[in-house]
Amino acid sequence: MNEPYHVIGGRAVRLDGPDKVTGRALYTDDLHRPDMLHGALLQSPVAHARIKRIDTSKAEGLPGVKAVLTAANSPDVRWGVSPARYDETVFAKEKVRYVGDEIAAVAAVDRETALRAVELIEVEYEELPAVLDGRRALEPDCPQVHEAYPGNVCAKVEQHFGDVDAAMPKAHLVRTDTLSSKMQNGAFLEPQCALAEIDGQGRMTLTSSTQAPHYVQRTVAMVLGMPEHKVRVVCPRVGGGFGPKASCSTLELATCLLARATGRPVKSVFTREQVFLHSRARHQFFHKMTMGVDAEGRLLFLDHEALIDGGAYASFGIATAYYAGSLLGGPYRLPNMRFTSVRVVTNKPVCGAQRGHGGVIARALFETQLDRLAEALGMDPIELRLKNVMGAGETTCNDLNMSSLGMRECLEAVRDRSGWAGRPRRQEPGRGIGVACGFFVSGAGYPIYRSRTPHCTVVIKVDEAGGGVEVRTGAAEIGQGCETVMASIAAETIGIPLDAVRVRSGDTDLALDLGAYSSRTTLMTGHATKEAAEDVRGQVLEALAGAMKTPIEELKFEDGLLKVRGGAGNAEAIRDEYLKEHRGWAIPQAGPNLTFAEASRLAFLERGAIVGTGQYRPPALGGKFKGAAVGTSPAYGCSAQVAEVRVDLETGQVKVERIVAAHDCGQAINRTQVEGQMHGNISMALGEALMEEVVFGKDGRILNPNLADYRIPTALDMPAMETIIVESREPNGPFGAKEVGEGGIMPTIPAILNAIYDATGAQIDEFPVSPERVLAALKRRRSGA
Amino acid sequence: MKRLLGLTVNGLPREVAVDPNRTLLEMLREDLGLTGAKQGCGEGDCGACVVLLDGVPVNSCLVLALEAEGREVTTIEGVAEWPSLHPVQQAFLDAGAVQCGFCTPGMILVAKAMLEAEAAPTEQSVRRGISGNLCRCTGYQKIVEAILLAAERMQSLEGARR
Repeated sequence: MNEPYHVIGGRAVRLDGPDKVTGRALYTDDLHRPDMLHGALLQSPVAHARIKRIDTSKAEGLPGVKAVLTAANSPDVRWGVSPARYDETVFAKEKVRYVGDEIAAVAAVDRETALRAVELIEVEYEELPAVLDGRRALEPDCPQVHEAYPGNVCAKVEQHFGDVDAAMPKAHLVRTDTLSSKMQNGAFLEPQCALAEIDGQGRMTLTSSTQAPHYVQRTVAMVLGMPEHKVRVVCPRVGGGFGPKASCSTLELATCLLARATGRPVKSVFTREQVFLHSRARHQFFHKMTMGVDAEGRLLFLDHEALIDGGAYASFGIATAYYAGSLLGGPYRLPNMRFTSVRVVTNKPVCGAQRGHGGVIARALFETQLDRLAEALGMDPIELRLKNVMGAGETTCNDLNMSSLGMRECLEAVRDRSGWAGRPRRQEPGRGIGVACGFFVSGAGYPIYRSRTPHCTVVIKVDEAGGGVEVRTGAAEIGQGCETVMASIAAETIGIPLDAVRVRSGDTDLALDLGAYSSRTTLMTGHATKEAAEDVRGQVLEALAGAMKTPIEELKFEDGLLKVRGGAGNAEAIRDEYLKEHRGWAIPQAGPNLTFAEASRLAFLERGAIVGTGQYRPPALGGKFKGAAVGTSPAYGCSAQVAEVRVDLETGQVKVERIVAAHDCGQAINRTQVEGQMHGNISMALGEALMEEVVFGKDGRILNPNLADYRIPTALDMPAMETIIVESREPNGPFGAKEVGEGGIMPTIPAILNAIYDATGAQIDEFPVSPERVLAALKRRRSGA
Repeated sequence: MKRLLGLTVNGLPREVAVDPNRTLLEMLREDLGLTGAKQGCGEGDCGACVVLLDGVPVNSCLVLALEAEGREVTTIEGVAEWPSLHPVQQAFLDAGAVQCGFCTPGMILVAKAMLEAEAAPTEQSVRRGISGNLCRCTGYQKIVEAILLAAERMQSLEGARR
C-alpha cells in the first residue's frame, strides 16, 4: 500500500555513519580549545547534612587554580525541570540532600590540579538522619528532605475516569497484584561532558552532551541572569542519552559559571561514578493494581496505586507521577480507571526520565496481571488481548486519541512469527513463552514550560551554487538517527537524492527544537522539516514555472531531475537563456532534463537566497482534568513482543532465548534505524528486567557505581531478536510516520515476566529478576504462599 | 618527571614525552590528538577505549603509555586505507551497526583483530569476541550481523585473490 517513495522507507546508510566508523566523529570531550581550563565538582560524601562551614582558602591557594565557586559566590537562583518544582540551586545551600549533591566547583589549568583543589576544600557537615527508603518517606515521624515538600511528598496525583466503584461489582473476576522495581541507571556509554566559552561580545557558548539544547539554553540564561540570545547551546555527537541527558545539569551550569569567572574556556567531564551519582534515570516504582474483567474477558476497570521514589529533587518527577498512570489508558478498551500516585523525595540520587518514562514498570505489572486473568478465565493470553485492543480512531478513558493504532496487527504478527499457537504451554519445566503489548506517545503534546511556542522550527537553505540543500535544526542527534530521518524527509519532499542533503543539528543558533525526549523527533521535527522542504521546493519551482512559462502544477522533481508533465520540457532553451555562466570551468554535461542543481541555480539567479522554513506545534490535545496534558500526543506508537526464556530451576538463572517484536511506527522513514531502535529498546528492557539495580549502602552511598557491578547486557546476554515493522499510516505524522524510539521498550519486561511464569509458575513481584528472586518466588509457590 | 616514549602509531613512528602515570588512552587522546578511542568508564569495564597493541585488543585506559615502548599501536584512525574503508567499517555502515557511535571504534578494532585470528567465526564466537565491549544502543544484533558480513566479504576477497 506504500506510496512509491524514493528515499523514505528504505535502508540508507546513516549520514553520521562514516565519521563514526573512522573515529572522526567528535563528542564533547574530544574538543579542545586554546587556553582551556578544566573544571571539577566537589560532591557531598554524606546523604543528608547541614553545611556548617565551607573553607575554600587552601584550594584557592593551590598553584594552577583559577576559580573556586560555591553557593556563596554563585547566583542564588532556583532551577529544575518543571517550573512548578524549581527546587535545585547550582551548589548546595545550607544543606546537602544526597551523596553526590554538588557543593563547589573548581577551574584549574589541568584536570589533575582541579581534582586536587576539590580535595582541599574543607566542608564541615552536621549530619542529619537520611531517608533512604521511599516507603519510609511517608511515615509521619520520618525526617524531612525539603521544607517545600511536607511529608516528603513532591507530587501527588489523583485521577478517576469513569466509575471504578460502580464497575467493580459487575466484574466476573477481580485480581490484585503488586510489583516493585529498583532505581536504575541510563548507562549510556558517554559520560556527560560540558565545554563553556565566552566570546568577545560576551556571548556564552556551551557545548554539551545533551539531549535538549533548548531547555539547557533557557536554564543557563535563567541561572546566569543572561538574555537568552546571549546563550548558545550546541550538542556535537552525543554518546547516547536515553532520558538522563534531557535536562540541564549542575555540570553544565557550573562549567558556564567557571567560564564566566575566569574568562577562559572550561571543560568538565563526569567520571563513570559521577554518572551514577547524577543519575536522573529510572525512578523506583511500587505499583499495586486491581483489575476486573467480565466472563468474556473484557476489561472493566483498573484501580491503580503507585508510590514512586524520586531521590533528592523533583527533576522530571511530576511528569513521571502522571505518566505512571496515564500510559495505561490504552492500548486496550478500559472504560474505568482510577489512579493515585505519590512521588516522594528521599536522600538518594535524583531520578528523572528514562526511555518509556513513567510507564515502563506500570506496564510490566498491567501486562502480567492480564496474563493471570487470562489464566483464571482459561483464555489464551493473546486471545484475551485481541478481545480488548483498541482500534484506530478510538479514544481512551483519559482522553488520549489513537489516531492510528496497529495494535491488533502487531499482536497477530508476533503470534504468527513466534509459532505461538503450536507451543505447548507449561509443559517443559524451565522453558516458557510470554507475550505483552504497550503503547507510547509520539512526542509530548505540550512543552515542559507553559507556552504556545512551536515545538520546533526547521530552516532549509539551498546552496547559492545550486544542487545541495542544508537542513538546519535544533534537534539533538543522540545516536537515534534523527539527522538521517530529517535528510530523508527533506529529500523525499523536494524530490532529490539523499546525497544532496546535509544536516546541521543540535545548535540553538540554527532553529528551535524542544529536544530528543518523549519520542518526539521523527513526528514533530519531521513535520517542520517537511514544511520547510515544501517551502524550498515551491520557491524553486515557482522560479522555473516563470522561466518555462509552464503552470507550476505541471512541474516536479524526481530523483533530482525536473519533470515537466513527465517529460523534460524545454530544458535546452532554459539552459541557453538562464544558465549560460562563465564560471571558468566546464559544468558536467547534463541530460535532457534540467537537474535540481541547474534548477536551484536558476532560482537563485532569479530570486536570490532560497531559504525555506517550517514549524510544528501540535493542536490542543487532551481533556480538561488536572494533569490532562501528560500523556497527550498527536499520535501513539504501539508494539507487541513474544519472549521465550529458559529458567534454571536449580540456580534461578534466567536466559532469554528469543524475542519476536512488532512495532507500529506508522511509516518507516529508514527501516534499518527503526529496527535499531527496536533492538535498543529490547536490550535496555532486558537489562532492567534481569540485571540492573543501583544498590545502596545504609549510609546512602551507591555500592555499584561502575559498569562491572551495575551490569548491563553484553552481546552474550542478548538473544536473537526478530523484528517486524507494522505501518499504520498515522494521519498526524509526516508521511504517516510516528515514534519507535521509546514505545518499543514497553512490552519487553512483562513478556519476559510472563515467560518466566510460564516456565516456572512463579510470580515475580520485584525486579530485576535476579536468581535469588527467582528462587524466592519458586519457594513461595511451592509453599503455596 | 616526563620520559620519552618511542612507538609506532598507525604505521608512523612517534616520540612523545609522557609522565610515567599517563595511560595509553590519555597519551593517544591528549598528546597525539587521536580522539577516536573513547573513555566510557576508565576502569576497563566498557571497551570504548580499545586499541590494538601489536595487533591485540587492549583497554587503553588500563595500559600505561610507557608500556607501549617500541610497540605498534593501531587506533580507529588507522584502520581505513583512504579512500576505502576497512571491510569491517564498511559492514558496520551497511548493516546499520552504528547508533550513537561511542562504542563503535572499540567494537571495530576488536572485530578486526577477531577476523584476523578467525576468518569464519560463528555467531556465538562473534558474541563472545565482543562481550568485553558494551553497547547501550543496538542490543548488539546489527553489530553481530555486521561482523559476520565483514567476515563473509573478507573471505570472498581473499578467495578472489588466490
